[in-house]
Amino acid sequence: QAAWCVLPSRVLLVLTSQKGIQMYESDGSIMVYWHALDVAEHPPAQAVFARGIAAAGERFICVGTSSGLVLVFDIPPKGTNVTVSEVLEQHRDAITDIAAELGQAPDGAGDLVTADDAGSLCVWSTGEEFTLVGKIPAFGCTCSSVKLWNGIVAAGYGNGQIRLYEAATGLLRAEVNAHARWIYALDLAPQTGKLLSGAEDSFVHVWKLSRDPDTDDVEIEHCHAECVTDTQVCGARFCDPEGKSFAVTGYDLSEIFRYGPA
Amino acid sequence: MSARTLPLLFLNLGGEMLYILDQRLRAQSIPGEKARKGERLFVFAVMNDIITTMFNKKFMEELFKPQELYSKKALRTVYDRLAHASIMRLNQASMDKLYDLMTMAFKYQVLLCPRPKDLLLVTFNHLDAIKDFIHDSPGILNQVDETFRQLIETYSCLSAGEFQLIRQTLLIFFQDMHIRVSIFLKDKVQNSNGRFVLPISGPVPWGTEVPGLIRMFNRNGDEVKRTEFTTDGNYVTPQREGSFDLYGDRVLKLGTNMYSVSRPVETHMSGSSKNLASQAKENLTPNPLAKEELNFLARLLGGLDVKTPGGSETGFRLNLFTTDEEEEHAALTRPEELSYKVIDIEATQEPGRRAELSRILGELEVAEPRPASSGKGEDLLALMDGL
Repeated sequence: QAAWCVLPSRVLLVLTSQKGIQMYESDGSIMVYWHALDVAEHPPAQAVFARGIAAAGERFICVGTSSGLVLVFDIPPKGTNVTVSEVLEQHRDAITDIAAELGQAPDGAGDLVTADDAGSLCVWSTGEEFTLVGKIPAFGCTCSSVKLWNGIVAAGYGNGQIRLYEAATGLLRAEVNAHARWIYALDLAPQTGKLLSGAEDSFVHVWKLSRDPDTDDVEIEHCHAECVTDTQVCGARFCDPEGKSFAVTGYDLSEIFRYGPA
Repeated sequence: MSARTLPLLFLNLGGEMLYILDQRLRAQSIPGEKARKGERLFVFAVMNDIITTMFNKKFMEELFKPQELYSKKALRTVYDRLAHASIMRLNQASMDKLYDLMTMAFKYQVLLCPRPKDLLLVTFNHLDAIKDFIHDSPGILNQVDETFRQLIETYSCLSAGEFQLIRQTLLIFFQDMHIRVSIFLKDKVQNSNGRFVLPISGPVPWGTEVPGLIRMFNRNGDEVKRTEFTTDGNYVTPQREGSFDLYGDRVLKLGTNMYSVSRPVETHMSGSSKNLASQAKENLTPNPLAKEELNFLARLLGGLDVKTPGGSETGFRLNLFTTDEEEEHAALTRPEELSYKVIDIEATQEPGRRAELSRILGELEVAEPRPASSGKGEDLLALMDGL
């Protein structure tokens, strides 16, 4: 996996692999930090890898591992003195995705969410010490991708469903039968609350999240669908913070498709 | 990537190989009543020998150990050995074509698997068919059932996430392979550019809902709003789930035999060169370790009692093309980038070679492979006597 981690002081490019985690300066010139994964932590037949990357709490980068641990790295404003500040041990299955709050978290809502292979989600409050705000139980399906916006957790599952939860309480607020196959990617445009989902069924959908100001109910509506013919979509990302255009990648595809307004 | 992928890769590719060999052996039959009986026996003998070798106990033990996937070259060598475990012989061109067909077929099955776990159903479909090929031989049938049980034991408890990792490991192995197969092109399962058709209609996987419904809940958990959206897709609810037991209706058709005697199988060698660039790079870089590279399995296969045609008998040569000329032509015109560059590993008793192999395989417990019992040879002799 590869992700840009945008912190107030600097931007780092983080790469995960079977051997470990690498962090580079944003122009790719220097490797700032290398963290090798501890193979001994895993039972013999289990795969070893790092997966799930997010910048959180203005000075941390969180990376998940196949053993279920989430490594929290403390990033200095300059230089290579990156240290492991904490190891979060709430998940028992391989981490699939991590997301930090992209908007404004309401009180008590936490600002980080981690997801695993079993489908469990954990909501955290970042800081010197991370605290667990709550757990969202699994319902029998892998949670493959997750996003957090204005206290709403958007989770994509292996059975094609998208679910929206209240980050503060873990309550289910919406259930969408979105795709016919495994959801691979979710992205969120923070300025508009648009949600992008891409799955193995060849479809990419654009949704709009909102909150009813009176009832505080969470709403989700379908905006747009694209079918990338004969392609299993593996990646989907908005190209701008309003979500006016997005890019898509797929298995066996050497191109990146970009969709924009007509 | 997953360390439990190799058994599934090996068994499914092996299954596809048997489907193709069975079809070709029958297609290349000799006309005439008297010859038909001999032909049946011959086809049986070849399939029998290959299946026995494939499910050899020691071989299976090694296969099921958690390990990384072999390289494409190394895996191809294993199948070379397997294909020659009987008195049947294949020229390089036919072996290349066989391997192309096997890999494209399994790639298709992996890609179209509705749920990651359905990969296991695909494997079971292959094994069910293999059991049918040798249903008259209780000895080998037992071996296959043993492997079946081991599959159930190893994979039944894996989560969807772990199966998806296995599937992803396989898809990476098959990435950028776009060889066109005529039976796929005819059935409109593959496009003329070599890419598979992904249908957006039909039953959704077991455990998935048909897309379209959005439900919203209030703080008390009551459903307060319900809306629907539509797409070009045309999905329906599946009727039932396939069986993961030793016997049962698998429901899924992926992994069943799509060949029959009347449908010749051809491949087109002109794959789009752009996509082959990366694969070509991999094949053309000389790998100094290729000869010693893993291939513990190939060595095991080499050490087993193999039917070697002796004396004046040259063994039976199977041609995967319609004529000998076609086969020759295919060998000459195969694009450089698609060549498998098979390294011939002679797992003989040469002291020098043995030392090298032993050094590399030092970590593994290398027990000397015992030659298979002579019981197998006796069964076939008895059968031949009955002719």
